[in-house]
Order: sequence, then structure tokens, then C-alpha cells
Amino acid sequence: MNQKNDNFIEIKGVSFRRGERIIFDNIDITIPRGRVTAIMGPSGTGKTTLLRLIGAQLKPDSGHILVDGQQLSSMGREELFHMRSKMGMLFQSGALFTDLTVFENVAFPLRVHSRLAENQVRDIVLMKLQAVGLRGASQLMPAELSGGMARRVALARAIALDPNFIMYDEPFVGQDPVAMGVLVNLIRKLNNSLNLTSVIVSHDLVETASIADYLYLIADGSVVASGSPDDLHRSDDLRVRQFMNGEPDGPVPFHYPAMDYREELLGGGHE
Amino acid sequence: MKNYWGAAMNRIFEQLAGLGRSGLEIIQAMGRATIMLYRAVFGRSVSHASFLSLLTRQIYSVGVLSLIIITVSGLFIGMVLGLQGYNILVRYGSEQSVGQLVALSLVRELGPVVTALLFAGRAGSALTAEIGLMKATEQLSSLEMIGVDPLKRIIAPRFWAGVISMPLLACIFSMVGIFGGAMVGIDWLGIYQGSFWGNMEQAVDFRSDVVDGLIKSVVFGFVATWIAVFQGYDATPTSEGISRATTRTVVYASLAVLGLDFILTAVMFGEL
Amino acid sequence: MRMRTVEISVGAFLLAGIFALVLLALRVSGLSISTEAHSYRLYAEFDNIGSLTKRAKVAMGGVTIGRVVAVELNKKTYMARVVMDIDANVDNIPVDSSAAILTAGLLGEKFVGISIGGANEYLQDDETVDDTQSAIVLEEMIGKFLLGAVNKDDAAKGENF
Repeated sequence: MNQKNDNFIEIKGVSFRRGERIIFDNIDITIPRGRVTAIMGPSGTGKTTLLRLIGAQLKPDSGHILVDGQQLSSMGREELFHMRSKMGMLFQSGALFTDLTVFENVAFPLRVHSRLAENQVRDIVLMKLQAVGLRGASQLMPAELSGGMARRVALARAIALDPNFIMYDEPFVGQDPVAMGVLVNLIRKLNNSLNLTSVIVSHDLVETASIADYLYLIADGSVVASGSPDDLHRSDDLRVRQFMNGEPDGPVPFHYPAMDYREELLGGGHE
Repeated sequence: MKNYWGAAMNRIFEQLAGLGRSGLEIIQAMGRATIMLYRAVFGRSVSHASFLSLLTRQIYSVGVLSLIIITVSGLFIGMVLGLQGYNILVRYGSEQSVGQLVALSLVRELGPVVTALLFAGRAGSALTAEIGLMKATEQLSSLEMIGVDPLKRIIAPRFWAGVISMPLLACIFSMVGIFGGAMVGIDWLGIYQGSFWGNMEQAVDFRSDVVDGLIKSVVFGFVATWIAVFQGYDATPTSEGISRATTRTVVYASLAVLGLDFILTAVMFGEL
Repeated sequence: MRMRTVEISVGAFLLAGIFALVLLALRVSGLSISTEAHSYRLYAEFDNIGSLTKRAKVAMGGVTIGRVVAVELNKKTYMARVVMDIDANVDNIPVDSSAAILTAGLLGEKFVGISIGGANEYLQDDETVDDTQSAIVLEEMIGKFLLGAVNKDDAAKGENF
């Protein structure tokens, strides 16, 4: 029982396929409470899909996903929406509402889920924006923000309701080094100060490894390896080594499957 | 020889399977569209006040912003009807029936149909592109994760705005068109004003012409907006997917409007 | 601020749409709010109404005074029964007036023409015009003409054509 309480999310034997393609094949992942857990893997391995499965935007073909001891995929629509208000999610693109100002974007979850007075909403929004360092930008429209700023605003929006769980979808993609450093610090700081459980999905190894307490490495639809960043660095599994060291060729081939190079060139298109 | 037949049979089966596949896809899409609409209309609603303000904003972008194209097209179509009608009717000495011709064609047919076609092109495509873009930039997913149903928040106000705006736009279109016809007929071609309007009043019946035209445009508004929001909601979230969905909206909505127009006309005016 | 202009223009749009509908109703279809109350009903039975339809006008001396609201068959007499709503202002149609089915122009629409009689009593609501003239059916007329029987028939049958 105690064991169960320590794990905020338990993914047990989950399989998921899109059409003919198997994306996950019987994977088990547990995400401990209060920690930063990273799920890493080469692009195209369905990391974002995993987040959508956790948020119950998608349903697994088999297996169970328990969030805080509850199975979201069997909930009714209303119950599910209520549950989601306790989860924050930072999307890859930020996903700010383009027709609202920065202020209104952050205020949005508050207006939907709480009955706070206008001045209370204002205070909370400014606090959250202050936390991501963008209080001064509160009256800008999302189109006027840089990519890094947009993601920080999205982060402020994700924590507006003080969730106990945040999912980050590729937070470091397409960021310049400064913006990346800012985000890395923010994620770690927020996790510690708000006592959050965080899940980061990413393929940016260095940044992710620097803030994660625990790493899962997935490839080809299953968990290849897991452990603390140090464990994985010391691993002698070839696939882990290839990913951790960024080697171009290895068990994950550089070449897309094709017929023999020599044969194809010499064959010259004849039968 | 046997091999040849085998290949031919295979090809035929392949074609048949392709046909079946696209048939199934169409049925699936219609099912998805129906579920979407059902949830958008009957699902847990946003608070009353905020729904009204969302609806107002959408009526603005769907209805008010379509006004210019609607009035200008209405005016010209009415004027052309007046001119063409006059040229034909004057041969039979019944040019005073121009008013009747202009009014009946506008109120019964052109008002609802042309408005719906222009609506599909102007507002429908914009709706599809907007919703598709929201999907591509993950705004819809983001709403879901915040715990707001995008069907209620994004789809429902747009849908209702279309259903409300269409009949109003059609009325404005018909009225502007009739005035355009009157301008040409009375001021330019010199038809006696009294007989122009008098003939019109006698020929047009409120219940069976104006109200039926109104019913048509409500149906068109329902169908065209439904198609537009569904295509946006169901679009592949890439720039290519959105542009294809936008094209599909215009094509499907126009075809649906024209097809439905025939059915509705047959039902309404079929047996007099 | 921006929301306000949106609201105002939406309000104006709704008003414009409803105004257009009202214009369509009153100006174009000639709907007056109280037509029902200001008319009374007359009946007339014809041997043949030709192509007279619902909503055809009823005229007296070329002026429209009402409309045909229904056309039905009287099962007992096998005659066509025409139901007309007459403008309440025209309340002095003598009881011996006659109704004829006429054609506007050579090929135009059929309408009911009422010719005044000389009686002092006037037709009331729900009464029937007894003296009727059927529609001229062009084919019948041509047929008779070809048979050279037009004059004879005319003389014999009197007003029945």
C-alpha cells in the first residue's frame, strides 16, 4: 500500500497501436511522487503519445494507467475534465491561445476552474508570471513573444492552478542555449518549490539528464533501460550507449532499410 | 494464361476493396461528425454568460464580417435579375411582373442558396482553417488538458453562430437584391412603381415563400457550419492537412447546399 | 474596448437581419398583420375551374379585393368549390352578383372576376355566389369551333362556357 502511494503514475502492461504500427508493446513505467522523471528516446518512438495516454486523451489498447491510484481512461467525460484540472501540461509548441493576451492565457484555467474574484485572479496571474520572469509581458499577445518566452508563459499557465503533476512535452526543442538554461532551471526549481511530480519527455540528453532524478529510455515500443542518469551513463547496453553518447550508427541504424547499395547501383533499374 | 487471369482478378478485387475502404471511411467520418455535433450541442455547457460572449464574438467573425460580400453580391444579383427579367418579359408585354420575378427568385432560391455558397467560401473556410490551426498548434489539446471541453468552448459557439447568422444574412441578401431589382426596374427601365411592388406583393406569399426560404437558409446554415467546424476539428494537424480540409469544406458545403436545396424545394414547392 | 465594438456591430447585424425579414414580410409578400381579421369568406361552385389555383386573386372591375384560399371538389354535386377570402372593406357585394373564372391576358394566370348584380342585399360571411361562369378551356373551344358547333352550342347552353 505504501509502495502504491509512492508512485504517482503506474503504467502496467500498456500496448498501443496506430493502425498497423505498434507504438507501445507491453510497457511498464512507474513515476514516483515528487520527483522529476524523464522519458527519453529517439524521435518517432511515441513519447508524446505516452503523455497523451497518461492524460487520457488516448486510450491504450490493453493494460492499465493509474494516475494517483485512479484509472482515467474509464472515467466519464466530466470526471476526467475535473481530474485534468489537477494536471498541468506544457506542450511542445506552447499552445498558447492566440486570441488572448499573455495575462488572459494564464488567467484562463483560473477563470474556468475557480470562482475567484477578479483582483485575486490578477494577483495569482502576476505571481505565476513573476515566477517565469515575464510579469512585464502580461499585456502582449502570444504572436509577439519569442519561442522561449511563449514556452515560459505556457509554463506559467500550466502551474496556474497549482497542480500536483506536470508533463513537459519536449520543452527544450528549438530553444537557444540561454532560453534552454532558463527553462532547465525553472523546471527544477518549480519541482522543488511546489513539491510537484514532473514528467519530461525529451531527446535532449544533456539538459534532461541534468535535472532528472530517474530516466526511462524507450525505443522500438518498449523500455530499453531505466535508472538514474549515472546508471545509464555506466550502462554497457549497446543501444543505451548509442543514445547516451550520440553515436550516429549502431543498433539504431543510420540507414533506412534498403537493398544492398552495390547491387542497386549496379542493377541500374533493370529487372 | 492462368497467371494472367489471376492477376486480373486480383486487380478487380483490389479495386473493390478500395471502393469498400473509401465507403467505410465516409461512414466513419459521418459518424465522427455526428458524435462531435452531439457532444458540442448537448454536452456539459460552459457558463451561460461566457457562452453568450463567445457566441457574440463568433457571430461577429462569421456574420458581421460576411456582410460586405453578402450585400454587394445581393445588390448585383438583384440588378441583373431585374435587367434580364425585363428583357424577356417586355416581349410578352408583361414587364410589370419584373418585381414578381426578382422577388420570387430571390426569396425562394437565390437568397438562401447564394448566401450559403458565399458563406461556405467566406466564413466556412475561415472556420475550418482557424480550428485546424488551433489543432495544429495544440491549442485544442491544451484546452482538454486544462479541463475544458474544446467541443463546448470552440466548436459549439462557432456552430451556433453559423446557424444564427445564415438566415439573417439570407434575409439581408434577398432584401438588398429586391431593392437592386427595383432600382434597375423602376428608376432605370421605367416600370411603373405601383405595379412593380403591387405585382410582387400579390405573387409572394409570406408562409409559402418567405418562411420556406427562411427554413432553407436555417438548414443550409446548420449543414454548412457543421461541415466547416468538423473539417477543422478532424483535419490532419499539418499545414498541408489544414489546406486540404479548407478546400474540402468549400467543396462539400457547396455540394451539400445545392443537393439539399433540390430536396427541400421538391418537398416545399413540389405539390402546390 | 475591442469587445465593445464587436458587441455593437453584432447587435446592429442582428437588427439589420430582423429588419430585412420584416421588410420581406410586409413590403414584399404584402403580409399585413391582421389580414385574417379583416376578411370574410365566400364560396362559389363552378363546373370547371381550369387551372385556377390557391392564392389566385379575386378581382372586381380589375381591382383585387381578395384571394382564393382553397379549391376543392364538392362530392355531392361534382362541382369545383372555390373558397375565397374577401377584403372586409368590400362588404357591399350584392347577393345576385356573378363570379367568373377569367384569364389575365391570353395565356396569363387564372383569377376569379366578380360582376356586380343589382340586389339590395349584400353577401355575408360564409355565403355562396350562385351565379357562376366556368373557365374557358381553350382546347374545348377550339374543338367546338372546328366542329362548327360553336354558335349552336352557345345558343343552347347559354352562359355555360
